[in-house]
Amino acid sequence: MLAVRNLEVVYDDTVLALRGVSLEIPDQRIVALLGSNGAGKTSLLRALTGLLDVHDGEVTKGSVTLDGDDLHKVKPEKIVKRGVRQVMEGRRVFVELSVEENLRVGGHTARGRIATNLERVYGLFPVLADRRNRTAGYLSGGEQQMLAMGRAMMSDPRYLLLDEPSLGLAPLMVEAIRDVIAEINAAGTGVLLVEQNAAMALSVAHHGYVLETGRVVLDKPAEALLRDDDVREFYLGLHPGEDGERKSFRDTKHYRRKKRWSA
Amino acid sequence: MTEFLEALIRGLGIGSVYALLALGFVIIYKATRVVSFAQPAFMLTGAVVTSYLTPALGFVLVTGLSFFLSVAAAAIVTALLALVLERVLVRPMVGRAVFVIAIITLGIDIAVRTVVTGYIGIGARPIGFPWGIETIQVLGLSVQIRHLVMMGTVALLGGLLYLFFQRTPFGLAMRAAAFDQEAAMTQGVSVGAVFGTSWALAGGLAAVAGALVSTGAGVDRQLWVIALIALPAIILGGLDSLGGAVIGGLAVGVVEQLVGSYQRDYAPWLGDNVATVAPYALMLLVLLVRPYGLFGTPEVRRV
Repeated sequence: MLAVRNLEVVYDDTVLALRGVSLEIPDQRIVALLGSNGAGKTSLLRALTGLLDVHDGEVTKGSVTLDGDDLHKVKPEKIVKRGVRQVMEGRRVFVELSVEENLRVGGHTARGRIATNLERVYGLFPVLADRRNRTAGYLSGGEQQMLAMGRAMMSDPRYLLLDEPSLGLAPLMVEAIRDVIAEINAAGTGVLLVEQNAAMALSVAHHGYVLETGRVVLDKPAEALLRDDDVREFYLGLHPGEDGERKSFRDTKHYRRKKRWSA
Repeated sequence: MTEFLEALIRGLGIGSVYALLALGFVIIYKATRVVSFAQPAFMLTGAVVTSYLTPALGFVLVTGLSFFLSVAAAAIVTALLALVLERVLVRPMVGRAVFVIAIITLGIDIAVRTVVTGYIGIGARPIGFPWGIETIQVLGLSVQIRHLVMMGTVALLGGLLYLFFQRTPFGLAMRAAAFDQEAAMTQGVSVGAVFGTSWALAGGLAAVAGALVSTGAGVDRQLWVIALIALPAIILGGLDSLGGAVIGGLAVGVVEQLVGSYQRDYAPWLGDNVATVAPYALMLLVLLVRPYGLFGTPEVRRV
């Protein structure tokens, strides 16, 4: 189990990004992490994969543990070796390398199994197999997202951490990505799905957390979150009580939100 | 015509040395986005170590073998030195401004050069290259053997580097890290290992270049200045292109030799030593037409 306890993250010794976040990613489950811009979702992922250092961030309190072992100050490549893989926001494929070269870099820590893993990734994303010798920078946005995810699957991760995989994709592509996430999970990989697209995330997740200004404000099974009034109103855009009906922002009473969730 | 071809071959020979140095600059730049000014020191180190090893390996089986073995050993020694210096002095600065790191490399250069110069002594130190500046006749042209050796070396090492970057997993990881360091880290690539390897490769290449330059007149204290001529070569070829570094180095060598051979006859009013300035003039001309160098990567963008 990948777990975060009372995590506090500070950037540049001044900016407090996470204030006491606790979260668990059990094996072989899909956990959704919802939250608006600046809520601290990406900071949490960085803390999990050892990338805070690159951004002058630091864990000041709390712990990140994998099966009980502390991951504090463990190098990113060691964390990858232990089976925790992050797919960064914005896809970040190596644009000037070919699709297959991208995948090979993804298998850097699992060199012995590159051939088998290539087969498996091409099975998951047949479109990548057709484009294997293309320059990655010329793929469409959706294909690049698939490449980024396929690249992460090249080392058989135990946990896959996805940072906004639906960002900037067409609805059909979002559905395709969601189906692949379900498929990857069914094959035994635990998933942390960081999303702003709550409808998509909660439709596949088993459990969900809602993060606001660096704190977890809701922590419930996905079905319960889907029924939660606040989530329906603020993340799904539905009026509480009136099923499926959209609500105008004019009618939203701002203070009600403040009363429940503000710091 | 004979004179022209001979100058051309001399230029390609000297240019090969510039190419080796330029390759080092480009490899470090690609990996770390810093132009390392420590290359002249590694060049001098390689030359000096070779000059001590060649007599020690004096058991000549074939003429020149002890020299080539010494160069290989010196390249390894220098690569290790570069690896250690990077780890101890440059790595802690990762994340700081590029300018700061470049200045640190300048400091490394001065420090290493000062120490190494102490082992040269007064005057030039022989390096033990068996043929000196002897020439042989090739198709009616008289060609210095050392220039042929230089060309052969750059072809060999360039080919090996190509295989390393295209075929090996770590070479691929280095290319990936050159595009996007953070993304490479999430793939499990150790960026520290990439930095270290880039310095080791650059140090080894510079060492070979230093030994080859010294084949003519031996190792002297001013040898390192030659490394600076690799700067127009890399800017000419494009800072981030390995192929460009080789072409740039060769072009600089050829231009230098051709100007040296013909300028006095055709443009005497330019005065003496124009050949020294020629590489920089060429660099300016190229930059006017292609600001990112001849082979600098044009950005890939989806349209």
